[in-house]
Amino acid sequence: MKAFIVLEDGAIFEGVSFGASGERLGEVVFNTSMTGYQEIMTDPSYKGQIVTMTYPLIGNYGINKEDVESSSPKIEGFIIKERSKITSSWRSEINLNQYLKKNNIIGIEGVDTRSLTLRIRTKGAMKGVVSTVDLNPKSLIKKAKDSPGLIGRDLVKEVTCKKSYKAETVIGKGSAWPDRKKVVAMDFGIKYNILRCLAESGCDVTVVPAGTKAKDILEQDPDGIFLSNGPGDPAAITYAIEEIKKLLGKKPIFGICLGHQLLGLAFGGKTFKLKFGHRGANHPVKDMTTGKIEITCQNHGFCVDINSLNKDDIELTHINLNDNTLEGMAHKKLPVFSVQYHPEASPGPHDSRYLFKRFMDSMDKYA
Amino acid sequence: MPKRTDINKILIIGSGPIIISQACEFDYSGTQACKALREEGFKIVLVNSNPATIMTDPETADITYIEPITPEVLEKIIAKEKPDALLPTLGGQTALNTAMRLKEMGVLDKYNVKMIGADYDAIKKAEDRDCFKKAMLKIGLDLPKSEMAHNMEEAKRGLEKLGLPIIIRPSFTLGGTGGGIARTKEEFEKIAALGLQNSMIGEILIEESILGWKEYELEVMRDKKDNVVIVCSIENFDPMGIHTGDSITVAPSQTLTDKEYQKMRNASLAIIREIGVETGGSNIQFAVNPKDGRIVVIEMNPRVSRSSALASKATGFPIAKIAAKLAVGYTLDEIRNDITRVTPASFEPAIDYCVVKIPRFTFEKFPEAKDILGISMKSVGETMAIGRTFKEALQKGLRGLEIGHIGLDNKQSYKNIPDEKIRQRLEEPNASRIFYVKYALQKGYSVKEIHELTKIDPWFLENIKDIVDLEKDMVKGLKPKAKGKIKTRKKGLPIELLLKAKQYGFSDAQIAELTGSNELAVRHHRKRHFIKAVFRLVDTCAGEFEAYTPYYYSTYETKDEARPSKRKKIMILGGGPNRIGQGIEFDYCCCHASFALKELGYETIMVNSNPETVSTDYDTSDKLYFEPLTFEDVMNIIDREKPDGVIVQFGGQTPLNLARRLEKQGAPIIGTSVKSIDMAEDRKKFSRLLKKLKIAQPENGSTTSMAKALNIAKKIGFPVLVRPSYVLGGRAMKIVYDESSMLEFIKEAKEVSGKHPILIDKFLEDAIEVDVDAISDMDITVIGGIMEHIEEAGIHSGDSACVLPPHTLGDDIIDIIRKYTHAISKGLKVKGLLNIQFAIKQNTVYVLEVNPRASRTVPFVSKATGIPLAKIAAKVMVGKTLKELGFTEEKRPSHISVKESVLPFSRFSGVDILLGPEMKSTGEVMGIDTSFGMAFYKSQIAAGQALPKTGKVFISVKNQDKRNIVFIAKKLEDMGFEILATKGTHKALRSNNIKAEAVGKIGEGSQKILEYIKSGKINLIINTPSGQKSQSDSKPIRSAAVMRGIPCITTISGSQAAVNGIEATLKNDFQVKSIQEYLNV
Repeated sequence: MKAFIVLEDGAIFEGVSFGASGERLGEVVFNTSMTGYQEIMTDPSYKGQIVTMTYPLIGNYGINKEDVESSSPKIEGFIIKERSKITSSWRSEINLNQYLKKNNIIGIEGVDTRSLTLRIRTKGAMKGVVSTVDLNPKSLIKKAKDSPGLIGRDLVKEVTCKKSYKAETVIGKGSAWPDRKKVVAMDFGIKYNILRCLAESGCDVTVVPAGTKAKDILEQDPDGIFLSNGPGDPAAITYAIEEIKKLLGKKPIFGICLGHQLLGLAFGGKTFKLKFGHRGANHPVKDMTTGKIEITCQNHGFCVDINSLNKDDIELTHINLNDNTLEGMAHKKLPVFSVQYHPEASPGPHDSRYLFKRFMDSMDKYA
Repeated sequence: MPKRTDINKILIIGSGPIIISQACEFDYSGTQACKALREEGFKIVLVNSNPATIMTDPETADITYIEPITPEVLEKIIAKEKPDALLPTLGGQTALNTAMRLKEMGVLDKYNVKMIGADYDAIKKAEDRDCFKKAMLKIGLDLPKSEMAHNMEEAKRGLEKLGLPIIIRPSFTLGGTGGGIARTKEEFEKIAALGLQNSMIGEILIEESILGWKEYELEVMRDKKDNVVIVCSIENFDPMGIHTGDSITVAPSQTLTDKEYQKMRNASLAIIREIGVETGGSNIQFAVNPKDGRIVVIEMNPRVSRSSALASKATGFPIAKIAAKLAVGYTLDEIRNDITRVTPASFEPAIDYCVVKIPRFTFEKFPEAKDILGISMKSVGETMAIGRTFKEALQKGLRGLEIGHIGLDNKQSYKNIPDEKIRQRLEEPNASRIFYVKYALQKGYSVKEIHELTKIDPWFLENIKDIVDLEKDMVKGLKPKAKGKIKTRKKGLPIELLLKAKQYGFSDAQIAELTGSNELAVRHHRKRHFIKAVFRLVDTCAGEFEAYTPYYYSTYETKDEARPSKRKKIMILGGGPNRIGQGIEFDYCCCHASFALKELGYETIMVNSNPETVSTDYDTSDKLYFEPLTFEDVMNIIDREKPDGVIVQFGGQTPLNLARRLEKQGAPIIGTSVKSIDMAEDRKKFSRLLKKLKIAQPENGSTTSMAKALNIAKKIGFPVLVRPSYVLGGRAMKIVYDESSMLEFIKEAKEVSGKHPILIDKFLEDAIEVDVDAISDMDITVIGGIMEHIEEAGIHSGDSACVLPPHTLGDDIIDIIRKYTHAISKGLKVKGLLNIQFAIKQNTVYVLEVNPRASRTVPFVSKATGIPLAKIAAKVMVGKTLKELGFTEEKRPSHISVKESVLPFSRFSGVDILLGPEMKSTGEVMGIDTSFGMAFYKSQIAAGQALPKTGKVFISVKNQDKRNIVFIAKKLEDMGFEILATKGTHKALRSNNIKAEAVGKIGEGSQKILEYIKSGKINLIINTPSGQKSQSDSKPIRSAAVMRGIPCITTISGSQAAVNGIEATLKNDFQVKSIQEYLNV
């Protein structure tokens, strides 16, 4: 079935639909990872976004049960160049088409994804619409323009858990570990692999909804608090920022991605929207504390403004070497640190796993 | 960290001659390294025996030694130059092995030379299989189960433990020489024995078979601060069991989930750290069991490699250049990504296309060898293609291979192939298996069945099935005409189908073949419907950042990223994949053309499909189009770029063959006109010209009919030389001595040339052959160099050794050669380069062949004389005169340069090493000195045929050589050699008072001589057989010599030269001298 992707600037891309049919709105972004489409589709941070894969051949190894980052795909639409008709992997259970259909997500293949990517690169990430039902460009452009976009929108509420749960209920019980640290993770759209990494590092994790109050968290007397990744504009999650402010200094805190941005705002800093964001598995980040470079997995459209931070309190620990934006920070006095990128990877390189150890160390030190 | 200040002068070792498994990728890496390090202010001393390289240009390094790459010669150079550091990781296995020996001999310590990049311990840990295995187990990585053996006893014990089938890998060899897969006990004993012999340290690894597993390679880079990045992942289309150099390979990996890919990435990081490669690139190979995902480490190359050249071209990340900068202390984040300019080199390239590399084989040159592939590399070149899908890249690659296929085509009809053959060709890996996959699909085999037979991943097979299915759609609705011809659709293919076909990589020619149309009609039809190739950038980042380097590939999508400039521009067509007869020499010429025209202010546009080369470095020309060299692909670029000139003279026969069609479509071919090219290549027209110029030519004729061919041969008189026209490297060319062999050879020749006729020439026995390279600007012609062949006429000029200046020809003869060269150049209206082959017999000078293009000897002549012929020629082609360029007189150097060819016989067991009119060599070396003897001696060492100074010589010559051998044998005796000879030869020697021991011929039942050779008691063999019987009689002797690496000379003239060489080296010291010193530059 013929399908259209239309951007708010009037650009129209044509393809053939797979997965579900229908129409969806979202911000159109691109991801340059060459592997890991399954992890990307199920990453809750993509809520509200239509994802274009720049690597042209997708679906080659199918879909399996283990490689999901949440209970279901969270993307609004999936745009690719060529979909594999078969799956080739001993772990594959179903194919991409079946998976998207089952989860009611629109996929579009046969798209000149490089042209789409170049468009986004030059004009910035844009509001857009994917449709298999309305093929009238004019009407689609209007829909794209009229769509809400990401700025000022709270998408966290759509992906956070309804009530708190123990991490092992979704990732399974790992090997027994004496003296596990008790960690409360605020779920803004947490990826399973963060839970896996925390568990492997020796944390006993309780996941709580984004709206959980600081006092309820502190009542559990955790060894540390984790602030998760998540979708959309951090500035819109005012309720969480307020609670985080109350947690500062009370317990060691580690934030990733949206969690990092919320910390930045809690520190009194500002966030801004990047032109087209960082989405991929090849971004070089320098750890300013060691001088070492790590190749990182990234997925963010917003960023903490380096200049907005009070340098007396906040140390800039990580910098993106491509565009010199902030990738990590730590409080100079309090046991609080965060990174903008994804040390849990999935997909992407495992270079940054040491951050989980750093979190463990900070809990050890604080205890 | 800034660059190191404790070193100033760096020694780089090249890889020597082009051989199978070590080709021009090391010229690419070495040249990049020289450039990168000189940019940083280091002084570079370079050693390489291969004159056809850009790296040995006097401008590339500060001090360049074209000398043999042996530890002994290197010691002399080190003693003279006293470098501070040695960078051993850029010249392939040759450089690595030589550096290791230098360390072991104490030379590096004696002269206080530091190894940079990778040190002795790291190299040893990676290369020594036992050390490697221990290191891998230490970091918890899995390997195929294996046992080490140093003798047959140990080998047999290993076999008992591991069972059959089993893999044998010798330690420290090139490209797995001597390794193999054994399926029976007998095979095992044979391969193990050979492996023990071939290993530099007499060691083999016997290993659990993981045949059929998925095979992957990762290209890894590390800097001094322990930052590590993966540049590229490569998945082999052909599974484990086939040497990766012989496999079709695909980048990036296609069938790994992120979880498995990261596991491999983590392993690679751990390996490079454990092995301790301090800085630079490494290649790590893995195998994955498709049933359960078990990952095992296969091997690691602690240096840049063929795969790293491929990865550089596939991603735009210049591994060798960056490796060189890391070696002198920079870190990855301190080096800029050339392509994006703003981002650093400390990242992992993201690509948004698919890259397919396809090896090029030349089994047709070695009919006695089977085209079966295994773990010892056999291919002589490769082509790379880029497309947005695997299907597109695969088909582009297949047509870029230039083996007569226009894609995954229907050159052979599947209908006539029996199932038995299909199964056999699928099951036993071979050079044309990819086509059998297609035939099988066409015959209705399922992907599953084909996977079971080939173990090729179903994902690849399914993609090929897509191509086959689309073909079916394309012919659907076409009604077959009476004689099986397909009727043309009135309005051509439906547009959607045509577009889809182009997106699947179908060439116009392929579409024409399928639909009964012709290539041009398809081209016009699709252009009318706006189905045009668009060009996209290779940008290292999948479009995330703006790319400033114009490196393009074509595809069929919507946006065209090419940015044609308004500058004056010249397009240079490269030579495509390396093959025997067309290799690095032509790439050298293309690069020079580009350099020269840039000097004149032109924008240069390179078109080539060979990932190993310097020409496909995005730094070489202003623009690079990585595309197959076919009419269609080249025309697409011409349509887009509209160059002011197109050069077809430098890339060998490949672009020359396109010239006529390109010109017809309006391409501005510059230099010698297409008409003149045709006059030189069309025998009849050419004979007419020579007659007019009163220049002698061996009597000849040509025909397309078999019956007539025989009559012509009889009329001319045997022996005759038969060959098809328009072929390269003497393909299917033979000397025929009688009628019955004549019939046999004509049949073969016809298959090769298709519509072109067979050429028959009188063969001038025992004539001296001479090669001339010259340049003409249509006003004057200046000779670049005159080379006298060492072997007599009848041996392909590409296989013959030659000397510049000539050492036996009289001035009168040389003057005639000069006169003829001028006359022919004028007669043909040559504008640019010209190569003429002459034969001199009884003081008559005959012209054998004229090539109005760059020849294989251009780089050699340029190195010998210091005259950059290709550069001058390129400038002439855009209108400069030789006077303006200051080149009006032939330069006659006072030193002697010898070119020797390097032959691949050790790779093809069962193939006789006798030389003939069909070219077989893969590469060349150069020896320079003040005397012929020393220069020849050096060339022999460089070619891996070191002549002995003492010991035993075995001589067996044909009757007509018996007189000439006496003088040679006398000299050998005088120099203290002991002589062994067969009966007839022995008699001839004895009657001339030369002491010799008689040994029986093999044909007469004696095995004595073979035992002598195999036990290493013979140091030199002189063997000139005649006639079929004698040839097969002595074949075991020559085969044994090749396997033992004993110099074996098969011509009298070659023996004379060898004796000269030995004599010179006994009298004189071996001296080394840089090319800059020889040329006074």
